[in-house]
Amino acid sequence: MTGTRQRDAAVAAAGLHVSIAGSHVLQGIDLRVPEGGVTALLGRNGVGKTTTLRALLGLLPSSGTIRLLGRDVTGWPVHRIVRLGVGYVPEDRDVFAGLTVRENLRLAEIGPRPRYDLVYDLFPELKRRQRQPAGTLSGGQQQMLAIGRVLLDERPLLLVDEPTKGLAPRFVTEVIDVLQRVSAACTIVMVEQNVHVVRALARQVVVLDHGRVVHAGSSADLADEGLVRRLLGVSA
Amino acid sequence: MTTFVAITVSGLALGAVYFLIAAGLSLIYGLMGVLNFAHGAFLTLGGYAGWAVAQQLTAARGGAGFLLTAGAAALAGAAVAAATELLLIRPLYGRQIAQILVTIGLDLALVGLLLGAFGSNSRAIGVPAWVTGVTAIGGVRIPDGDFVAFGAGLAVLGALTWFLRRTRYGIIIRAGAENRDMVRALGVDVGRAFTLVFTVGGAAAGLAGLLNSVVFSGALVDPTQGDQLLIFAFIVVVIGGLGSIAGSALAAVVVGLVQVYVGFYAGGGAGLAQLGNVSVVLVLAVVLLVRPRGLLGGST
Repeated sequence: MTGTRQRDAAVAAAGLHVSIAGSHVLQGIDLRVPEGGVTALLGRNGVGKTTTLRALLGLLPSSGTIRLLGRDVTGWPVHRIVRLGVGYVPEDRDVFAGLTVRENLRLAEIGPRPRYDLVYDLFPELKRRQRQPAGTLSGGQQQMLAIGRVLLDERPLLLVDEPTKGLAPRFVTEVIDVLQRVSAACTIVMVEQNVHVVRALARQVVVLDHGRVVHAGSSADLADEGLVRRLLGVSA
Repeated sequence: MTTFVAITVSGLALGAVYFLIAAGLSLIYGLMGVLNFAHGAFLTLGGYAGWAVAQQLTAARGGAGFLLTAGAAALAGAAVAAATELLLIRPLYGRQIAQILVTIGLDLALVGLLLGAFGSNSRAIGVPAWVTGVTAIGGVRIPDGDFVAFGAGLAVLGALTWFLRRTRYGIIIRAGAENRDMVRALGVDVGRAFTLVFTVGGAAAGLAGLLNSVVFSGALVDPTQGDQLLIFAFIVVVIGGLGSIAGSALAAVVVGLVQVYVGFYAGGGAGLAQLGNVSVVLVLAVVLLVRPRGLLGGST
């Protein structure tokens, strides 16, 4: 990989290995995500998609090299990677149930001028429920909060794990709409099982299998039913 | 009736001291998952720091003098706690057994150092008359020290509640007790919060060490007093619910009252004052059977 290409990539991981409880989950991931738009990480259950996102953020110990937003962040502590401008929306939302909506947002402030106006404009419901404990929100509202947290500050890179998982259809539409708007100004790496959501959002797709990248290309590749069935085990 | 009232106030004062100790233990465990067995030594060091400052203030044993003594006790507890976190606990994050062993070792070492420096004889802390006096209210004679301990407990509870509810670090601590990884994933340097929690807990323990000496030990401090109190503080933390400050406050009052009621009414006459201690263990067993997560487990 040349220096120029590394600068252009929002994410460039090479030889990424992660073992969890003796299981070799990532077996040498080589991943390059260009700046801008949405790149979807796809694959069957248990192939290492979530592990890849968590390893990129430093939440899991890994070997190999990781460059995010042009900086070598290998071995950096999580908070330093986040403050570089990386946002993380976890698979199960992980909002703090005992904290109010406002406290959840306040916790996520990393810059001097948090963009509450933007977050409340995208998710008016959060403004109405500022004083409500996050644990009492519905799944869709919690997802809004989880996404809202990472939009409080300008972050050039978002790692988003299954944003539509378990959501009612109206929330799925809302989340797709927000991610679409946000992706105009940043790079999103998104794990997603729903091929229809991927088609609606993603520009590139990366398919994992057995802890390795087995396909990388345009989201138009998902029109190839044979490829989708072979790589993902589902019909296009 | 007057005896009952006096004993009740004494139980509340004892509960306040337990709360001061338990608050730090609970916060530390809630945020960091660390069982700090050196907390008892923080108490003792607070007592000795108070004694050392009071020695220098013999000419000024008024209100300001005692406040300085209490401040020194809290400062000593805070300083040793912060050093413990930075030097001993931080390199061992994620290794819970190693953390427990190192805090046990530290406790033994600190107690040994105090024994070596001051011997096993108790030292008398100089305190002003308004702390050692007695006030009669409606015919009930209540030691002023009880009011001091209870007031200190209430003040610390109020300050901690404000801190946890109103400040960014308070929010970090409450969130960290739920999901430490996610707090880090939001860009928070959790290590700073860990040091802060240890420091705040150490300050409360140091103050508790002084107040216990002044109110319940005849103004005497000795090298092992902290370890004796630590057992009851752990019981309070478990009854209240690990990580819950409100739970610790509630449990401290329950434990303090049960201990003095049983100790006086059931044990006093028969010469079995230790029954009060046994009753606390029974309360712990009942709570664990009925509510294994403690009275207010899971809330801060």
